[in-house]
Amino acid sequence: MASMTRRKTINAVMMTLSTGAAALGLFVLAVILLYLLYKGASALNLSVFTQDTPSPMEPGGLRNAILGSVIMSAIAVAIGTPIGILAGTYMAEYGRYAKLSKVIRFVNDILLSAPSIIVGLFVYQVLVVSLGHFSALAGSVALAILVIPIVVRTTEDMLRLVPDQLREAGLAMGWPRWIVIRTVAYKAAMAGIVTGVLLAIARISGETAPLLFTALSNNFFSLDLTQPMASLPITIFQFALSPYDNWQALAWAGALLITVAVLALAIVARLVTSKKEKH
Amino acid sequence: MDTLIRDRSPMTFDGVDPAPKSRISIKNLDFFYGDFKALKSINLDLPENRVTAFIGPSGCGKSTLLRVLNRMYDLYPKQTATGEVLLDGENILGKKVDLNRLRAKVGMVFQKPTPFPMTIHENIAFGLRLANYAKSEIDDRVQAALKGAALWDEVKDKLQSSGQSLSGGQQQRLCVARTIAVEPEVILLDEPASALDPISTGKLEETIHQLKEQFTIAIVTHNMQQASRVSDRTAFMYLGELIEEGETAQIFTRPRVERTSDYITGRFG
Repeated sequence: MASMTRRKTINAVMMTLSTGAAALGLFVLAVILLYLLYKGASALNLSVFTQDTPSPMEPGGLRNAILGSVIMSAIAVAIGTPIGILAGTYMAEYGRYAKLSKVIRFVNDILLSAPSIIVGLFVYQVLVVSLGHFSALAGSVALAILVIPIVVRTTEDMLRLVPDQLREAGLAMGWPRWIVIRTVAYKAAMAGIVTGVLLAIARISGETAPLLFTALSNNFFSLDLTQPMASLPITIFQFALSPYDNWQALAWAGALLITVAVLALAIVARLVTSKKEKH
Repeated sequence: MDTLIRDRSPMTFDGVDPAPKSRISIKNLDFFYGDFKALKSINLDLPENRVTAFIGPSGCGKSTLLRVLNRMYDLYPKQTATGEVLLDGENILGKKVDLNRLRAKVGMVFQKPTPFPMTIHENIAFGLRLANYAKSEIDDRVQAALKGAALWDEVKDKLQSSGQSLSGGQQQRLCVARTIAVEPEVILLDEPASALDPISTGKLEETIHQLKEQFTIAIVTHNMQQASRVSDRTAFMYLGELIEEGETAQIFTRPRVERTSDYITGRFG
C-alpha cells in the first residue's frame, strides 16, 4: 500500500509540473498575442491599407510595405517552390539510394538552420554589389534561398511516407517513372507538400535580416523590381525604433498584420493536413 | 532441363491435355539480396493459358521469383538476378530490356489492394490512355475489364467515386481489372487473397478461373486449398529451391518428393 501511495504522489507531482510548464508556455504566448492585439488593433484602420509610409508625425499607412512583402514573398515562393519540390523529388524518388542524396540532405539541413542574416549577406555580395544597388529582386532571391530547404525537406519527407506498394503498383502497370511520381506519389503526398510551402511562406513573411542587405526599404510606393522595395518586417524594425508616436503605432499595426497572416497560414496548413487524414 | 522431364510424366498418367507451349521459360535463375542467395538455379516453364501456383513456407523465395518476372526488384539497390528468363524468346533479365514495355506485358496484382488515388473509372481509364487506346474505346474497355474482374455489377452506378472507397475485396478486383484492361500476356498474382474475406476470395478465384482463357497466370499463395482450387500446375519451393513442379492434381495427391508431401500435409511450414 505504501508503494501505491508513493506512486500516486509521484504521478500527481509530475502531472502538476508538466501541466504547469504547458500552461506557462501558453500564458506567455497569450500575453504576447493579447498585447499585440491591444496595441495593434488600436493603430489599425483603413488608411493603413490605402496610404504609404509617412514622414514622421504625418498621417499615413503601410500600403507600400504590405504590397512589397506580398510581391517579394510571392516571387520567392515562385522561385523556391519548384526548385525545392524537384530536389525533394530527386532525393525521395530517383536518387533514393544515391550518395548524392545523402550529400544534398546534409547540406540542405545546414541551409535549413543557417542564420538568415548569412543568406542576406550572401545575396548582398552576389546580387547587390555586382548590380551596384539594392533591389526587390535581390530581396526575393534571399527569401527564395530560405524557402528552398524547407520545401526540399517536406517534399522528401512526404514522398517517403508514400508506401512503396503504391509506387510498385504504378510501375507494375508499365507506366514510366515520372508518370507514377506525378499521378501516384504526388497525389498521395500533395497535402504534406502544400503544407510545407505554406509553412515556408509563414517563415519568410517575418524575415527581416535577409531583406536588410538586399531589398533595403523604400518610403515610397514602388513596383520596380530593380529598385529598393519596402517590406513589413523592415518597416516595423525602422518604425518601432523611432521616437515618433505615429511610426510606433504603424509598427504595432504591421506586427499585428504579419502575426495574423502567419496564423492564418498555419491554420490553412492545418486544414489541408487534416483534410488529408480524413480521406 | 530437369523440369521438362518432370513436365511430361503427369500429363501422361492423368490423361489431361498436353501442356501448351510455355509462355515464360526460367533457366538457371539465381537471385541475390546483396550477398544472400534467395533463389538457387531455378528452372521452370510457365505454360500459356494455365494457372501456375507457387507454394512453400514463408521466405522460400516464391514472391521473389514473381518479382523477377516483371523485374520489380530493379527498383531496389543490391538486388540482382542471373540466369535467363525468356518471354517471347527474349531474355527479360537483359540490360537493354525496356522495363515499361516488359511490365505492360507482364501485369501484377499485389498482396495488399493498391487502388490509385483516383476514381474507379480513372483507375482503369488512366492506364488505357497511357497505353494509347483510342478515346472512343475507353469507356467500353473499362466496362469490359470490370466485368472480367467480376466487379461491374457492384460498381456500375458509382464509377466516379474514389477507388479507395471500395471494400478490400472490391479494391483487389479493381486492381485485377486495371491490370487486365491493358491486355498483358502474363498476370502475376502475389498472394492476392491474403487480405480478403472468404466471400471476396471466392469471387477472386472465380475471376482467376475465367482469366486463364486469355492470359498466362502465376499466383503465389500461402493457402494450399487455394492453390489446389485455382491452379493447373503447382510449384513447391523451399529455401530458395524449386523442389517439385507438376500438374496440381499430381502434386497434391502423389508428390514425388518427401518434403513436398510433408508440406502439403501440414507436417511443416
